[in-house]
Amino acid sequence: MRHAASLRRLRRGEAAHRRRPARGRRGGAAVRGLTSANVTMDLPHHGYRASKQRGRPAPMGGESVLFDDTSTSASQGYYTPGYNMAAPSNDMQAGVNNLFTDPMANAAMMYGSSIANQGKDMVNKEISRFMSVNKLKYFFAVDTRYVLRKLMILMFPYTHQDWEVRYHRDTPLTPRQDVNAPDLYIPTMAFITYVLLAGMALGIQKRFSPEVLGLCASTALVWIIIEVLVMLLSLYLLTVHSDLSTFDLIAYSGYKYVGMIFTMLCGLLFGSDGYFVALAWSSCALMFFIVRSLKMKILTSLASDSMATGSSAKPQVRMYITVATAIFQPVIIYWLTSHLVR
Amino acid sequence: MAFTLYSLIQTAILCTNAIAVLHEERFLSKRSGLDQGVSGFGDDPGIKAQVLNLIRSVRTVMRVPLIIVNSASIVLLLLFG
Repeated sequence: MRHAASLRRLRRGEAAHRRRPARGRRGGAAVRGLTSANVTMDLPHHGYRASKQRGRPAPMGGESVLFDDTSTSASQGYYTPGYNMAAPSNDMQAGVNNLFTDPMANAAMMYGSSIANQGKDMVNKEISRFMSVNKLKYFFAVDTRYVLRKLMILMFPYTHQDWEVRYHRDTPLTPRQDVNAPDLYIPTMAFITYVLLAGMALGIQKRFSPEVLGLCASTALVWIIIEVLVMLLSLYLLTVHSDLSTFDLIAYSGYKYVGMIFTMLCGLLFGSDGYFVALAWSSCALMFFIVRSLKMKILTSLASDSMATGSSAKPQVRMYITVATAIFQPVIIYWLTSHLVR
Repeated sequence: MAFTLYSLIQTAILCTNAIAVLHEERFLSKRSGLDQGVSGFGDDPGIKAQVLNLIRSVRTVMRVPLIIVNSASIVLLLLFG
């Protein structure tokens, strides 16, 4: 008796758990399929369970309509301004409720939302041909704690003990769980902040014009591209088999913007002396950070390919690459910020 | 040194053109004299072999797109200066 009751509770719990993710997916059809499967599976055992299933499809139907609603009203916000040349999106949300009563407008909305979905699918397919979006999502899975700790490590890496990137069954851990994992959120935000700070610095010196902002942004972007290409080329030509992907290299190149922002702020607040002190500090910190991080990835790669042939040459060459990358950082920080802080 | 994105594109086109016009039999075969000799299987190829591999693969891949891009840039430069 007790065993049957606990079994019933278990089945209810796991069926509810199974039902919940399906509700997140598109359409009530998948959910209705699951609930009908539950009914056929569990009907012989539990009487009140069957009644629960029968009670469920009505709210399921309402839920699926509600789910479709939010997507169409969201796509309305993007697409109907093109069609109607109407007011801002606040009025759009109020107007959408009034449009429901008119069948013609309803049909037009359905058509527009289906076209929007088609366009979205096509864009996703094209983009996923060039780069895998899942790999990109890994780099943006950050949270506040990670960002704060990473910024502290970037500015003061001398007390950080453990530099290993932790793995979980062959996949690297996301930045949320491992503070040593590279991410792309900090470089992106730091790049944008650098461009805005450059505009502010130029404005303070009365040398500002909107073209200069674009020029600054594209110059910094081109330097990142050059650095990543040189790193990729050197890693390929010297057959260093590391697991550094392109996004990893972009992430490690982008960390220098944090140092640049700190240097520029000190230069703006404290004048030329503050600029050079901050430049020295952030250069040393960044060089230490880059050497320790890349040492883990480049120098301790597979030992199988360096056993037979010239193992004396390999570690030297890898050390050269790491040190060259580290030396490049202060040079580029000075180059990109000195003309802004006179 | 202010780079625009347009100058980056220009640099990329010019460098790829330079790689594409290298003569196969007069230049590249002479340089890869040691390549066919030393390439073992479990062995890591040296830097010269890697460079030659890279040049050969770039030429094979970029031949047709380069024709298109060069023609487009010629037309655009003629029209818009």
